[in-house]
This record gives sequence, C-alpha cells and structure tokens, in this order.
Amino acid sequence: MQLKINEQEDNVIITVEEERMDAHNSGNLKERMLQLFDEGKYQLVIDLTAVRFIDSSGLGALVSGFKNASARDGSLKLCCLQPQVRSMFELTRLHRVFEIFSTLQEALDSQS
Amino acid sequence: MPKRVELNIKVPSQTRYLALIGQIGESLAFSLNNYQGNRRELAYHLNLCLTEGLTNAICHGNNSDPDKDVHISISASDDDLVIRIYDQGPGFDISARRKTKAHPCDEGGRGINIILKLMDNVKYLQENGANVLEMTKTFH
Repeated sequence: MQLKINEQEDNVIITVEEERMDAHNSGNLKERMLQLFDEGKYQLVIDLTAVRFIDSSGLGALVSGFKNASARDGSLKLCCLQPQVRSMFELTRLHRVFEIFSTLQEALDSQS
Repeated sequence: MPKRVELNIKVPSQTRYLALIGQIGESLAFSLNNYQGNRRELAYHLNLCLTEGLTNAICHGNNSDPDKDVHISISASDDDLVIRIYDQGPGFDISARRKTKAHPCDEGGRGINIILKLMDNVKYLQENGANVLEMTKTFH
C-alpha cells in the first residue's frame, strides 16, 4: 500500500495513496501504524482523500490503529472521506467510534 | 443486456485478485438495462460483496493456498443477480453469524455481516464437496 507520512508538530498525518483498501493491502497500514506507535507517535490523522473503496479489512485496520492509539492515550482521526467510503462507516456504525472530519485542517485543529 | 449473462471465473487463492473481481461487479451494475435504483451505489455494493465473499473464500476457506482456486459464478439479468463463490475449506455456520453483530471495536468479523445487510438472500451451502456462498440481489 502506498502511504505518505508527514509529521506536523505532535501529529502524524498518514495519507493513503490508494483507491482501494482491502484484504490485499490493509495489513501494510496496520503494520505502519504499529511502527509509529513503537516510535512513540500516538497522534495520528489518516487522510483518505484518494480512497474510493474500503471493505471490512480496511475498516479493521483502522479500528486496530484506533484501539492501539487509544490504549496509549493517543488518538486516531479520519479526514476527507469520499461519500461511498463514509457510507461504509455508517453501515457498520463505525461513524460512532471514529472522529471524522471533512478536511485535514479541521482534523489537525481538533488535536489542540 | 441480453436475457441473462453468465460469467464463470477461476482465480488462485490470492488477495491480489480482489480488485479485478470487484471491478467486474461494478461494471455489471452499469450494464443492467432496466435498473431503476442508484447505479453508483449498486456498483459499490456488488464490488463490496464480491470482495468480502472472495476474501472469505481465499483467507478462511482455502487458507490462502495459491494452489487452490476459487471459483466465482455470476448470473445477471434485468430481474436479479446471483453470485456464487466456491471454496474448499471446512465451512462455517452462517445462521450463527446472522444472530451475532460485530462489536463496533472488533477488528474483524464484519465481512459476512456486510453481505447479509446488502444482499437480499444469502445462503452458505455444501455442494459436491465444496462450500458455496450464494448471494442474490433482486431488482424489483
């Protein structure tokens, strides 16, 4: 999975540069997040602008990151969801679990 | 679209084929003649159910053994669409899955529940020594 990692103050922004998040590639995101946690980086923002399709494996990887961040008193926030991707969070009721923002800036501003 | 389109596909048990098979579902949604609903939504749902069903067959049914194939059959008409996905694993009890809902914070276990929500009829059967996940979407 193509991921771009940027750090901005205490936040790590992970930009997913893939149209699909499924069982083929979601394990990479999960592993990358675990590496960041090992490095002591617990404030994550996942930018999903490019993602057009997400399945249960993609959602599972995000839930894994959310749980690991929360367990370390950190956070995992999502931004820039396309409508079909947003609908998957509603279908699985995960929109009640995650903080979801329309723009990256809103997600970053909410961290402070 | 003619009266009924039948597709039979075999792929090795590797997740790299998920996108290809999902894309076929999307294309089919845009090929239906008389579908009155939201085609973009149907395309996403067919992509998703094919992806979830195939992931289940590859990862759980065939234990990601690339020497085992997964057979997918799709039968589409203007009235309905039937997807059948065959695997060679031990199978699972779909009736138990109907009764359980994944906790929001569970990492796994959502795939079959998503299929149950989006398709009109879902069965998991044994047929000639293989397991078959059969998913039907009706259009009227």
